[in-house]
Amino acid sequence: MPESIPQDSVGLVQPQTLHVDQPLELECGRVLPAYDLVYETYGTLNADQSNAILICHALSGHHHAAGYHGEDDKRPGWWDSCIGPGKPIDTNRFFVVCPNNLGGCHGSSGPLSRNPDTGELWGPDFPMMTVKDWVKSQTRLADALGIDQWAAVVGGSLGGMQAMQWAIDFPARLRHSVVIAGAPKLSAQNIAFNEVARQSILTDPQFHGGRYYLHDTYPRQGLILARMVGHITYLSDDAMRMKFGRDLRSGRFHFGFDVEFQVESYLRHQGETFSRNFDANTYLLMTKALDYFDPARDYDHSLEKAMEQTRCKFLVMSFNSDWRFAPERSREIVNALVQAGRDVSYAEIDTPKGHDAFLLPIPEYTKLLGAYLGRVADEVRADV
Amino acid sequence: MSEAITDPRKTAAHRDDLRLISDWIPRGATVLDLGCGDGSLLASLRQERDVNGYGLEIDQDNIAACFEKGVNVIEQDLDKGLGNFQSERFDYVIMTQALQAVLRPDAILDEMLRVGREAIITFPNFGHWRVRSYLGFKGRMPVSSALPYEWYDTPNIHLCTVKDFQVHCQRKDIRIIERTVVNRHHRSGALTRAWPNMFGEIAVYRVTR
Repeated sequence: MPESIPQDSVGLVQPQTLHVDQPLELECGRVLPAYDLVYETYGTLNADQSNAILICHALSGHHHAAGYHGEDDKRPGWWDSCIGPGKPIDTNRFFVVCPNNLGGCHGSSGPLSRNPDTGELWGPDFPMMTVKDWVKSQTRLADALGIDQWAAVVGGSLGGMQAMQWAIDFPARLRHSVVIAGAPKLSAQNIAFNEVARQSILTDPQFHGGRYYLHDTYPRQGLILARMVGHITYLSDDAMRMKFGRDLRSGRFHFGFDVEFQVESYLRHQGETFSRNFDANTYLLMTKALDYFDPARDYDHSLEKAMEQTRCKFLVMSFNSDWRFAPERSREIVNALVQAGRDVSYAEIDTPKGHDAFLLPIPEYTKLLGAYLGRVADEVRADV
Repeated sequence: MSEAITDPRKTAAHRDDLRLISDWIPRGATVLDLGCGDGSLLASLRQERDVNGYGLEIDQDNIAACFEKGVNVIEQDLDKGLGNFQSERFDYVIMTQALQAVLRPDAILDEMLRVGREAIITFPNFGHWRVRSYLGFKGRMPVSSALPYEWYDTPNIHLCTVKDFQVHCQRKDIRIIERTVVNRHHRSGALTRAWPNMFGEIAVYRVTR
């Protein structure tokens, strides 16, 4: 934790767990008999339960979106730049809920938890999850918290896809859907990058068919490679040039394969940190959920028809240097919504930061997000 | 483009146009407002006439202002066209005080009439007598309340006169349904009616194809 908790932080927070006994029928045809959802909340639910915002996390995210868990935390939650008192997702006005998705590795039921039927760790046998499944599981959390309708469902990247799916599958249960740096479905190139990441894990000799934990090991190299390739797609060419250029660690060539360029050092460090903190089975499952996401598929492959199901208002945002989910992908969403006659606003943020920009405190971005959500707060009479 | 809408020199004229335009929009119409600024027109149309619409804008301060009003706004550069909107998607496509600031006014006009059943356009009349005499007698590029810029910083790169616009409509088979030409106080009088190209400062047209 920093020496003192900043004024605009939600402060010390504690995760909670919701146990659901109602079976969850999944898109893959399997049923999850019971499950746990770990989540955090920030702010206070108002008297008529109208000021709740659901935060959906991205590929490697989790329920710890803001604040600190304890004195030893070096860094706050993953979206602390946007969630807190006076921040765009203003916890003085909103009650913010962020769950860890099923299949995750941070406490919600997933490969690291036990199959209630067998008592064994799920490991690679945990059912394949889809965005639709996640959204359905999140409705149970809303029910448990007494929230009939979210003021907004907000997410970036894979989180934005969940915000979109919410609007399509449960139109009456949200007033606003905020889709940041998202896409209506992955492109072949997107899937290709995910496949490289998966293959690096699957072909790691330590993977053991996903039962590495029985061998007291884990596919470290595979996870490192997966994260390295993923990380390249989160940054832009310009961002990398600005951050590393061709800088050398020791100032000269060594004519070998050890780390020489700063960018190599950075990627290896990112990969190693990630490999220590993330489960390989979860990573495989989450990338598949991304690949499968295609809400138009249920509506004759027409995104417009899919959007005709929605009743909420939309805010779509993109970043001009994001090439993973480029602005054109966000505009596909916007165009489908316009054609379906739905309320939608769209802004494209000028930044060199690439896909990762959605996590960063970029003033133009936070200003617009704050302006939009400020209006939402007024609309739901969040302060009453 | 954005400067034409956000510059404070412009907003006063912009707001006055709105009053003229809203009289032409029937209840419940669908509207696309090109260069919607801070969303004032759409907000008032929504409130007074239950109009459902979107604004296009590229200035992010304006976009934030639209968000605060709860007005649908889409960040989009008019110079890149309206190709993302399907034909006849809207009842009205409106462009206030921006025709003269786009790269190809003729192309945007065609696009407006493809996307909308009707288009409403306002522009400063370069044929107004004061403009003519400014150039004729002073020999300098005109600066007035309707044209408040110097030649070097003006976003108005395609100025035209009332007559120019009408000739263009005729050539392109664009039908003029309604026209209001007003003076600097946004009032119409005997002079602006009799000699619009000489005495009108702001022209407001409703056209279709």
